[in-house]
Amino acid sequence: MKAAGVGIVSYGTYVPRYRITPDEIGKVWGVDGKAMGKNLNIHSKSVPSPDEDTITISTEALRVAIARGKIDPRDIGALYVGSESHPYAVKPTATVVAQAIGATPSLTAADFEFACKAGTAAIQVCMGMVSSGMIKYGVAIGSDTSQGAPGDALEYSASAGGGAFIIGKGPVIARIDATSSYTTDTPDFWRREGQRYPSHGGRFTGEPAFFRHVTECAKRIMSEQGTKPSDYQYVVFHQPNGKFPQRAGKMLGFTDDQMRYGLVTPYIGNTYSGAALIGLANVLDHAKPGDHVLVVGYGSGAGSDAFDITVTDEIATYDRSTGTPVQESLESGTPLTYAVYAKFRGKIRLSGS
Amino acid sequence: MSVARFWRETLRRYNLGASKCPDCETVFFPPRPVCPRCAVHRKSIAKMEPCQLSGHGKVYSYTIVHEAADGFEMQVPYVLAMVQMSEGPMLTGQIVDVEPSQVKEGLEVKASFRKLREEGEGGVIHYGYKFAPASQAPKAP
Repeated sequence: MKAAGVGIVSYGTYVPRYRITPDEIGKVWGVDGKAMGKNLNIHSKSVPSPDEDTITISTEALRVAIARGKIDPRDIGALYVGSESHPYAVKPTATVVAQAIGATPSLTAADFEFACKAGTAAIQVCMGMVSSGMIKYGVAIGSDTSQGAPGDALEYSASAGGGAFIIGKGPVIARIDATSSYTTDTPDFWRREGQRYPSHGGRFTGEPAFFRHVTECAKRIMSEQGTKPSDYQYVVFHQPNGKFPQRAGKMLGFTDDQMRYGLVTPYIGNTYSGAALIGLANVLDHAKPGDHVLVVGYGSGAGSDAFDITVTDEIATYDRSTGTPVQESLESGTPLTYAVYAKFRGKIRLSGS
Repeated sequence: MSVARFWRETLRRYNLGASKCPDCETVFFPPRPVCPRCAVHRKSIAKMEPCQLSGHGKVYSYTIVHEAADGFEMQVPYVLAMVQMSEGPMLTGQIVDVEPSQVKEGLEVKASFRKLREEGEGGVIHYGYKFAPASQAPKAP
């Protein structure tokens, strides 16, 4: 799907301060955590404080985006938060975020859910609303505080963080020239209503799920745009671990150099709905005018959304110093023991609970 | 705290909504409908200007809490501080993302949007401001 005159006006991210390593997790479960981390290409993952959730992470990320772009919150006509860890089953995350940034009451707001690609789906909806002239700015947020069951392979990767993108007609720091999606009914990962932890199909999450959707979606958008991997300076994939996106990139013909900024999971873990968006934010933190970027998100269940993006001259004067740059989030963090991590994540059964 | 009572305070808790006297320019938090500092209070009635605190301030004084209030058990020990905002008002708030031993008077902080408490497992969740050190970047493990 071609897009005309729509792009990213501003962006911001938020990654909680605490980290835990696969080695620390493995010690508790009698597993070689170092080997597990090496297999997954994860050195550490972020952990939210007990007072952080998808609402607080979304708000902090969006506040950075608003400050960087000098956006008047009253110009935001739509706000969507994509997550699989909304704090309420009924009561929107988006309304709290909208109130906290001063965008209420003249806007439409809703929560999106599509496993890890709810944030990219929100970008597509904002693109449509901006293109049609319904709104001036649309906000798309991908944010999560996901959990893996104790001892499950997911526990080594499931982390917390979010990215907020303000979509508009201009001036844009990056033009979104096209978007394309690839969607099927593929039950590779799910969480039933009322269940605390998700379930997954083990190896089934690989070939028929992540790799099929990501590679087919990437091929589709490149075919539509008449481009090839070497036409892009950077590529960003959804990154449930550090290995899957590297392999998908190789399958498609991308190099490690093209993936170097977009791959953030090895340092902060899989931030689910935030993963591809934080990767894109890190690319934009480093990009220069004219850079061509391919983004391919993925959500279990399953689907992929791809975006063909061109960085504009506006990036040269855009304020990238406000807030915490993604690179700093990758290089910083306070380590936790598994005991404190378990306390923070509510994995300890308390008296009366 | 009832749902309605907290809801009425969302402007100040979410956005640090304050008010400013147009005459003496004193900023008040929570917002006041009249300026108590000006000699002729009545002149400020209906003239107080709504404004928003920047969120930047310095720790004026603090205490380390070891006996938690209900709902804060998971955060013990935590720091509760009086923060002098750059616009003038003094706020009480929790200092997060820091080792309690590293909090000092004069520490520069910035507001951070956090979960304040939950009304039980099935109740409403209250959000608002806390404070985090303005600059910190501990090295990754």
